[in-house]
Amino acid sequence: MKYILMMNTMKAGQGIPNWAGKDLQAHIAFMMNLNKDLRDSGELVSAEGLSFPDQARLVRAGKNGVPITDGVFPESKEFLAGFWIIDVDTPERAYAIAARASAAPGPGGAPLNMPIEVRPVMSAPPPEMM
Amino acid sequence: MKYILLMSGTKGGVDHYQAWSQKEVQAHMAVLHSINKRLSESGEFVATQGLAELKEAKVVRGEKNGIPVTDGVFPESKEFLLGYWIIDVATAERAYAIAGQISAAPGPGGVPTNMPIEVRRFATFEQSGSK
Amino acid sequence: MTRPWDATSEQLLRELAPQVLGAVARRFRDFVSAEDAVQEAMIAAFTQWPEEGIPENPRGWLIQVAFRRMTDHVRSEIARREREAVVAQEAELVVPTVDIESDMDPDDTLILLFMCCHPALTSSSAIALTLRAVGGLTTGEIAHAFLVPEATMAQRISRAKQSIQDSGVPFRLPSPQERAQHLPAVLHVLYLIFNEGYVSSAGAYLQRLDLAREAIRLMRYTKEMIPDSAEVAGLLALMLLTDARREARTGPSEELIPLDKQDRTLWDRAKISEGVGFLTEALSKGTVGMYQLQAAIAAVHDEAARADDTDWAQILALYELLKRVSPSPVVTLNHAIAAAMVHGPSKGLELLKQLDSDSRFGGHYRLAAVRAHLFEMIGDYKAAIEHYRMAATRTTSIPEQNYLMTQAARLEENPCGSDKNRARTR
Repeated sequence: MKYILMMNTMKAGQGIPNWAGKDLQAHIAFMMNLNKDLRDSGELVSAEGLSFPDQARLVRAGKNGVPITDGVFPESKEFLAGFWIIDVDTPERAYAIAARASAAPGPGGAPLNMPIEVRPVMSAPPPEMM
Repeated sequence: MKYILLMSGTKGGVDHYQAWSQKEVQAHMAVLHSINKRLSESGEFVATQGLAELKEAKVVRGEKNGIPVTDGVFPESKEFLLGYWIIDVATAERAYAIAGQISAAPGPGGVPTNMPIEVRRFATFEQSGSK
Repeated sequence: MTRPWDATSEQLLRELAPQVLGAVARRFRDFVSAEDAVQEAMIAAFTQWPEEGIPENPRGWLIQVAFRRMTDHVRSEIARREREAVVAQEAELVVPTVDIESDMDPDDTLILLFMCCHPALTSSSAIALTLRAVGGLTTGEIAHAFLVPEATMAQRISRAKQSIQDSGVPFRLPSPQERAQHLPAVLHVLYLIFNEGYVSSAGAYLQRLDLAREAIRLMRYTKEMIPDSAEVAGLLALMLLTDARREARTGPSEELIPLDKQDRTLWDRAKISEGVGFLTEALSKGTVGMYQLQAAIAAVHDEAARADDTDWAQILALYELLKRVSPSPVVTLNHAIAAAMVHGPSKGLELLKQLDSDSRFGGHYRLAAVRAHLFEMIGDYKAAIEHYRMAATRTTSIPEQNYLMTQAARLEENPCGSDKNRARTR
């Protein structure tokens, strides 16, 4: 069963976190190990990080096929920072993986406990078969 | 360059969608389907997914004694992801154009929904972001 | 009599692909279908030969299989037309394959290279088609290298071939004028393939195809077929001199290691020698092109035993030439770095100001990253930290982002000096 795990932590205007180098390294290493383990277990379909919110654009249909783009989002909006797509046997396994990602270490090595949204994903057929 | 195009909505918005006529839903789906088909033909398509099942959604915040801490509460007003497209395109403008087409898909009465589509570029493992 | 499949067989098979394609495309006058047919023959070979061994005449085998696919394709086309035409045309199809092999032309691969890199194509189309038709790679391998679904890559290649057909590009060697006109496009595509391979995490993460090695292979072939071009020799030199450093570029956790911190004992001295050889050859031809200049700059770096031994004055002079021959924001940036190393960081910062007004580049992460480094050199740590962080939010490269964040953190932790200063006071 496929799930998407979404990390929504970034706010507009948020810069790079002000952590010590050691804590940064620990966080990076944690995520790399998580992804490696998921790859080794065959559960990882994809893992992607997104560029920063100040590069995000909101696009609406414009006139004559010319889209209207602007970078204005509500102050309180939390942006998608990254996501995993996993293929697992049970929902419990999906939550366990999400819990691990959520507990990634932050300042002082303490678990961040970031909220990770877990949603089931349907396996849609590729467009040419639709 | 890979982009993800995010279509979000609120619970209220989804309830409203569920009140569309069957013809209106079909017309909307047909336009999205033809967008997907064109992306496939142009070699820009990577993936697309609808995430309509909010009932199954959970939010996980760390673990306590090895057990994930979950809750499934989504307030009425909170925005959540309805679906996404992942595309691989030559320019940012092309990504915005595709997002514009999705936004223009018809809603009730055949009027373009004009839904805002969030466009985000992927970070990559390439050793240089200078493309 | 068959030969067993071994470690060198894949390379051999891939070298045959463009030769076979040349022969089949020439015979059937249909590049689009021939390329599909050859791709199918390649897949059949990759499936069967490891099991059954390599046939005595591997090229003939591939031609036969591709030929059969082509005739099947033509027959199914004909089946839709009128009866009278069928009989006349079918007679033409019964041709022994030996005939095709004697038709082969050693220039075919070069013809294909020029066709696949034709300026009518977008870069990504040209890259995909070149890798398949000239490189002999499978669609799946190419898709995996670019992290897109196979169906997407197959579609890009089909469309690329259609563009070529629609542009009416003939199957023959370009005339000397055409060659002079189109060679830059060929070199640009090969350069992009190399760059794609070089900047991607070296294999460990995704088992991706070694595109840098592929580019060098195609470049060597191009040099053999076009021995008199300074820019061809220059680009081959640039690739070798750059690739020579690959083992030192990333650390054990895929982290980026900048040039001045690399362990130079890991650099491939044989590649550097070879690269310098081609560079000398290029420069001896009298013209000065952008690939030669970039290669010369790489050679100056590669010849320094330690970072401190780098002849920055020479690099600065080369960037001054490059600014005239092939100006771009990236060249301006690198020129500013070299100027900083020769005349001091303030000079570098001054030169960077001209990029602020460049709308394409002003907000680019590299501008902020270079500024950060120069502010650090001057000792303005507050500005350096600010710019490292700004650059980190702007880059889309994860390894780059990690590197920049780490620099900012490092300076935060040592507000009175960088690790360079600390080293000096020991």
